[in-house]
Amino acid sequence: MTNAEGEKARLVVCCGVAVAGVAFLILGTNALRAQDCLTCHGDLSMTDSAGHSIAVDGQKFSASIHGSLQCTNCHADIQGYPHPDKIAPVDCKTCHTDEASQLKGSVHADSKEHPCTSCHGNAHEIFPKTDARSAVYPLNVPGTCGQCHSNNGMAGKHGLPSVYPNYIDSIHGFALSKEGLLVAANCRSCHGSHRILSHNDPKSPTYKSNVPKTCGNCHAKIDADYEAGIHGKAVAGGNLNAPVCSDCHTAHAILQPTESAFRMQSTPICGNCHKEKFSTYRDTFHSQLGSLGGYVETARCWDCHQAHDVRPASDPSSPINKANLIATCGRCHAGANLSFVQYQPHANARDRKLNPGLYFVRLFMNLLLASVLTFFLLHTILWLIRSRYHQVKNSPRRAANGGNHA
Amino acid sequence: MPELADRGTEAAATGRYFLRFTREQRTMHAVLFTTFLGLAATGLPMRFSESFWARKLAAGVGGFGAILFLHKLCAVVLTIAFLIHVKEVLQRGLVNREKGIFWGPTSMIPNWKDVKDMLGHMRWFLGLGPKPRFERYAYWEKFDYWAVFWGMVVIGFSGYAMWFAPFFAHFLPGWALNAVLVIHSEEALLAVLFIFSIHFVNTHLRPDSFPMDMVIFTGTESEEEFREKRPQEYARLAAAGKLDSRLGIAPPLWLLNFSKVVGFAAIFIGLLLLVLTLTAYFS
Repeated sequence: MTNAEGEKARLVVCCGVAVAGVAFLILGTNALRAQDCLTCHGDLSMTDSAGHSIAVDGQKFSASIHGSLQCTNCHADIQGYPHPDKIAPVDCKTCHTDEASQLKGSVHADSKEHPCTSCHGNAHEIFPKTDARSAVYPLNVPGTCGQCHSNNGMAGKHGLPSVYPNYIDSIHGFALSKEGLLVAANCRSCHGSHRILSHNDPKSPTYKSNVPKTCGNCHAKIDADYEAGIHGKAVAGGNLNAPVCSDCHTAHAILQPTESAFRMQSTPICGNCHKEKFSTYRDTFHSQLGSLGGYVETARCWDCHQAHDVRPASDPSSPINKANLIATCGRCHAGANLSFVQYQPHANARDRKLNPGLYFVRLFMNLLLASVLTFFLLHTILWLIRSRYHQVKNSPRRAANGGNHA
Repeated sequence: MPELADRGTEAAATGRYFLRFTREQRTMHAVLFTTFLGLAATGLPMRFSESFWARKLAAGVGGFGAILFLHKLCAVVLTIAFLIHVKEVLQRGLVNREKGIFWGPTSMIPNWKDVKDMLGHMRWFLGLGPKPRFERYAYWEKFDYWAVFWGMVVIGFSGYAMWFAPFFAHFLPGWALNAVLVIHSEEALLAVLFIFSIHFVNTHLRPDSFPMDMVIFTGTESEEEFREKRPQEYARLAAAGKLDSRLGIAPPLWLLNFSKVVGFAAIFIGLLLLVLTLTAYFS
């Protein structure tokens, strides 16, 4: 580069800087900064003509995720001061396009009923979801959703069940609220966040056939067991009558399976489909003692059949396969032997072909019961009438006092 | 009370009392009805576990664990009482060669007279004949005895078979383990229905004894009652001149009152269990 060329270049740079400086001065005087807006809106008692607060806590705003933005980045229709009384509502999707497109088509698509702020809180105080101050921080999610999805919330208006109280008393709710476990399932773990779909929508993670995968996101081993079992295969094969996780565990009020409450409530659930098996089970000592409440160790369906990896008796790896019965029964009955496991946990004493021995034993016992009671009932009634008659006839005065040997 | 039945106004009142049941027999009856009530109260909730009262009753005695424990406890006590009784009978009949244990008018073994008495009794019910003259144990009393005897063998055996199922499985076929529950619960149901209705009425609530026959508690009964209820035995003893050997003392007032409290409590509990059983059975 020659000297003359160097001079020329330096001049161009100088001119450029000068122009830029002048432009910045001119524009800068017109552009509003957050501090300027806060001159008025920083007054925390400030309201609009309708009485709504239009105050902004400057400190909180600058700490929030949007703190580096200027007011006019969102309130784009405000050009300067003074600004018109009516200004356009802020449209979050201008920046958050992905979330907006997910929200569209979800159950919360109506932006009037479900503005972004209904979940994310005060627009000027939004924190990242990893921040404990955020309304969508994992530990805060149930409370946030619960504002609507609880007894007195919006959900009632739409005929939706009040799920918050169920969830918060569930094993997930306890893990979250009592232990503060960030990995405990909260609402969005199963339902997602922006793209929440009805459980009737096949694309929803809570659609029946998707439930095992959804729960399996955390409960991977149980999901693998379930998928290998007869119920998992049926659901995977499109049979939506087969149970998924939530059919036995419920969706929100999930109980610890070792609790007596769960042991008490879940046997009839299997009975919803397995009616015959449930009815014969109820004839057994397992059920009779088991229905009396408390923590009851007597065998429930899954104690013998497994809870998740349910397999037919013909499957060699099924706990109720003949080869495995001694081990299965032996879990409770120490000393179970080959003869012991011939016991039929679903015997039907009313079925002559299936259980002839039992059928005739029951028939004999019933005949014995009926004949003895019928004979003696008649005998006693006749006797009563006759003795009273005899008593009254022979001694009318004493009969009035009752008891004497007639 | 039959024992005190209008002694002042009854012309035939002699004031004499005769022994019917020994202290051992009365103790046996007391153990029998106490454990029977216990077994019924703890067994019925299991038999009718789906009924509205079962869970409450179970919770009332301390949950299913307590109910099963009490059931087994009563069963063991009753088993011991049963074995003592069998030993006693065999000892008296076979070892001591006591007369009248296995045969004769004082035996519990049914005989031809029982058949005739039963038919005669039923003719009398219909006004077709005279009232039979009963011996020491009338036919329905023998039935009660053997019903309880058979019941204890059957219910006891099937109960222990369930309690120690793996052990019993060494001798019993597999399906028998299913059958023992049916046998146990049906036979027990029969026992409950029979004792709490038929036995209560036949022995205690019928007009002759209403409201309760105290002799099983006090051991003695008045001469009039003895003569009325068991004329054949009275006549046999009188003819043999052995009436005096059976003379007892009038029950003291405390024993009468104590017996009334215990007896009425037992009848009340029994009738309550009967009502619960019937509501569960027919619902």
